[in-house]
Amino acid sequence: MEWRDDGIILNVRKHGESGAIVSLLTRAHGRYAGLVRGGRSSRLRGILQPGNLIRADWRARLVEHLGNMTVEPLESRVAPLLIHPGRLAALTSACAILEAALPERQAAPEMFDLMDLLTRHLGDDDWAATYVRWEAAMLTALGFGLDLTACAATGVTDNLTYVSPKTARAVSEEAAGPYKERLLPLPPFLLEDADDGRVPDADEIRDGLRLTGFFLDQMVMGPAGKHLPDERGRIF
Amino acid sequence: MNEIERVIQLLSRLPGLGPRSARRAALHMINRRESLMQPLAQALKDAGEAIKICGTCGNLDTADPCGVCSNPARDGTILCVVEQVADLWALERTASFKGRYHVLGGVLSAIDGVGPEDLNISALVERCSGEVKEVILATNLTVEGQTTAHYIIERLEPTGVAVTRLAHGVPVGGELDYLDDGTLSAALQARRALG
Repeated sequence: MEWRDDGIILNVRKHGESGAIVSLLTRAHGRYAGLVRGGRSSRLRGILQPGNLIRADWRARLVEHLGNMTVEPLESRVAPLLIHPGRLAALTSACAILEAALPERQAAPEMFDLMDLLTRHLGDDDWAATYVRWEAAMLTALGFGLDLTACAATGVTDNLTYVSPKTARAVSEEAAGPYKERLLPLPPFLLEDADDGRVPDADEIRDGLRLTGFFLDQMVMGPAGKHLPDERGRIF
Repeated sequence: MNEIERVIQLLSRLPGLGPRSARRAALHMINRRESLMQPLAQALKDAGEAIKICGTCGNLDTADPCGVCSNPARDGTILCVVEQVADLWALERTASFKGRYHVLGGVLSAIDGVGPEDLNISALVERCSGEVKEVILATNLTVEGQTTAHYIIERLEPTGVAVTRLAHGVPVGGELDYLDDGTLSAALQARRALG
């Protein structure tokens, strides 16, 4: 049994004196782990960092074995982020969430594309908004998407400013009325028609993180008996 | 299991030794019982009883506070923060740092569930409320090492101490052609003016 695929590193664990067990998110094979011999050597240590894009060759006698993996670097995406605390926290948070939320060895091309997009754009000015959008898109890909197309109460499509924590559907400013306190604020940059080129401000990012964090916790991490990673709290 | 097998089994647990090399090491010691094996056994016994973790910095020594912390010639206003004792030893080998150290005992890891409370960070913050004026962050240039460094910067902000970090980039004797993308990228980001 063997395969070759491109993958984004999610986690690296020490194994023995010089080996490493590397968990990857691949396009065709989903989240997959393998033993990289010499993975902690000076040659491979810099490559085997969460967030980097590599080409992996996985090989095992039986499919249920852990398998040996050889890796070839494709793109070092983490190096430019190391000096930026928020961007680095976003990257580690994304890796931790995927590691906790995705089942092993199930093809997840959409997840790979989303993570690929995130790791390529964490160096941009609007990296924080990109991260929040990534969480929202990930919820959708996992089947728990937010419905932000129209107001859940009135059906209007304008002035959508809240999301119901019960239904994950948008609520307009007018319909929110006295229930505002119980609803989650919806930052405008998460709406589909919000592509105005503006970098969202800090309050909008915080609202976005609160919104996606609530549903990630309730729908994805909680049922798996896990918590949102601490690093997520240090993103912004 | 007889005594010899036990020695071999214990030796094979050491880093760099497998069962074959453990057998060779055991045989080597047995052939030099008086000159090597017994002094080694005594030295290990003595070390096992005497080694302490320094209550101030987390270093390993036979005294608490350790030799570095109790040395009056060391500059107590500069602290170098390292992940492990091995990193402290590596810096000591350079003989170019005359300040004191603080050993964290690991790094933050979201996936492995290592949080700030699992590391020696509160003690670092406490130390910084005294005579310390500068903290040098010498955590590894890895995702986890740098995440830990950023967290420490955040925690030290209220203390007002100056926080610096080790330079990242081209190693001494390094050739650009052979460097990985990450190192080159870090070197470019950390470039500085000449002259």
